[in-house]
Amino acid sequence: MTEEGSGKEQSVEMELGEAAVIKLPRSTSLARADGLLVRLRPFYEGVIHFALFICASISVLVTVGIVIILLYESVQFFFDVSIIEFLTGTRWTPLLKPQHFGILPLMCGTMLVAAGSAIVAVPIGLGTAIYLSEYASPRFRDIVKPFLEILAGIPSVVYGYLAIVTVSPIIRYLFPSAGVFNAASACIVVGIMILPMIISLSEDILQSVPLSLRGAAFALGANKFEVTVRVVVPAALSGIIASFLLAISRAIGETMAVTLAAGATPKLTLNPLESIQTMTAYIVQVSQGDTPTGTVEYRTIFAVGLMLFITTMVMNVIAQYILSRVGEQYE
Amino acid sequence: MASTPLVKKMIQPSDKATSGFSKAPIVRPSIPSGKRMRTADELAQATEKISVRDMSFYYSENRALTDISLSIPECCVTAFIGPSGCGKSTFLRCFNRMNDMIEGTRVEGEILLEGQEIYSSRTDIVTLRKRIGMVFQKSTPFPKSIFDNVSFGPKIAGIRKKKDLYEIVERSLQRSALWDEVKDRLNESALNLSGGQQQRLCIARALANDPDILLMDEPASALDPASTARIEDLIFELKEQYTIVIVTHNMQQAARVSDQAAFFYQGVLVESGATEALFTNPQKQQTEDYITGRFG
Ligand SMILES: Nc1ncnc2c1ncn2[C@@H]1O[C@H](COP(=O)(O)OP(=O)(O)OP(=O)(O)O)[C@@H](O)[C@H]1O
Ligand SMILES: [Mg+2]
Repeated sequence: MTEEGSGKEQSVEMELGEAAVIKLPRSTSLARADGLLVRLRPFYEGVIHFALFICASISVLVTVGIVIILLYESVQFFFDVSIIEFLTGTRWTPLLKPQHFGILPLMCGTMLVAAGSAIVAVPIGLGTAIYLSEYASPRFRDIVKPFLEILAGIPSVVYGYLAIVTVSPIIRYLFPSAGVFNAASACIVVGIMILPMIISLSEDILQSVPLSLRGAAFALGANKFEVTVRVVVPAALSGIIASFLLAISRAIGETMAVTLAAGATPKLTLNPLESIQTMTAYIVQVSQGDTPTGTVEYRTIFAVGLMLFITTMVMNVIAQYILSRVGEQYE
Repeated sequence: MASTPLVKKMIQPSDKATSGFSKAPIVRPSIPSGKRMRTADELAQATEKISVRDMSFYYSENRALTDISLSIPECCVTAFIGPSGCGKSTFLRCFNRMNDMIEGTRVEGEILLEGQEIYSSRTDIVTLRKRIGMVFQKSTPFPKSIFDNVSFGPKIAGIRKKKDLYEIVERSLQRSALWDEVKDRLNESALNLSGGQQQRLCIARALANDPDILLMDEPASALDPASTARIEDLIFELKEQYTIVIVTHNMQQAARVSDQAAFFYQGVLVESGATEALFTNPQKQQTEDYITGRFG
């Protein structure tokens, strides 16, 4: 590294040395020269400007497009199904007769998995972040970090598979009443999935608490634990909460693992040992099935998708707001 | 422990009084009259609070302090002066063992607090730090309420009763001359205070631990003249009860507030003595050059 750096510096020096001799072309007149290239300059600068603008617009257009499609199809759906029934109905059987379009069972399934995975991930994640930030030696931190990255990189379908073949049998062994598909196994694997996110975000935030605050607390006779619990964590608290919200919003949107592990039984229950269905898993089920497009059944997925979108967006916005406030705190 | 009300008197940095000791027309930091500065005799009679004997300090392999011997008298203000990087902060941090937090640091020689070795393996650092309070250059209020900031030390010392805590908070804030400004908003965040108020809050927070010694590392360097004057007044009040050690870059300030001064240069204690003597009649050429502003 250093050798390369010094080599570069040398070559720069040499160039500079030569540049001192070579004169750059410079005309004394300020009037614009008349070559073709020069006359075209405003044109091709305009083209570049426009091309870059298009690139930047694509993400905006796509977002707007998705929202419009979601809204359009959902509005169609709400011509057939009353919005009251949709939001308050306690049965969800759009694919069976008699049809019921109450989203609460799906909502409940999603929230059950979100809450369950938070119960798994929040304590472990916060503990790990505190350990890494406050207690671990830099060497240990360097060893753990790559593992966290690998954990974050494991595809979610693998987690779903692990839930069925590993976690679920353990749960059924411990609680014989549990089904093969159960919410608990989904909670556990989704919890593990969002763990790296909680750890890395929280650790960053703990690290951003100025050293001087720790020093001040030590100087008052606090021990390590007191400094951590009474000063560092409270100072970082809003950021830590924001990292929880981001992770939970990720858990809400998580699809593959819950589709595989939690089952396909929309049920208004808080019992994690039962099979349930989340909003995402329902969308997978309908998208893959042979439901004809244009029917009410088909349009349910847009209404459910809209609900999902609103839920996660609200959580993300709150989290981002809290995080931006944290940034200002230590300016 | 009745706290005397703070008399607001702005300190006039009077640079009229040039001394006749040096040939060049040099502005010497003037020793203010009027203020109760301890005389050399009083200093000599004061009890020795901290005694440093042949102490050297290392950051890994680098020696930052060399063979320092110094006696710090009780209920006096001792100022450390010297050019940037000479080791003043390092020395100050040795007293409450804040350097222990930095990996690879090492101390040779001894520092005695009332005859007890600070760097003994049997020293309880928590007790030590409760007896030796510290105020940092940059104020470091915790992002908590004013009340929670000041009551931090007492709380970890195990005081739980709200009434007792309130009493300590009030007394500490009064001693640090902040009470009148914040008494109606103790539950507001300390981060809303001005820079000077924050620094006095940090002093109150240190006082709430009921220390005997107060270490201050350039406590006023980030403050405006008015806030600086308040802190200096405060130091004057506090030295009746506390032993104070202050690091400062400001010669005028050292001359104004300290009873004893110690001049450091490149990790060596060049000269120390009663402030008046050191500033009017330094024994070493280096000291003379530094306090008259010829270098540093
Ligand atoms: N954490 C550290 N690790 C290694 N060396 C350090 C550390 N802190 C300070 N030093 C070195 O020790 C020497 C003394 O530093 P110190 O901070 O005590 O100086 P100072 O007199 O307080 O300076 P200033 O007036 O600028 O605050 C310097 O050479 C500095 O580079
Ligand atoms: Mg310093």
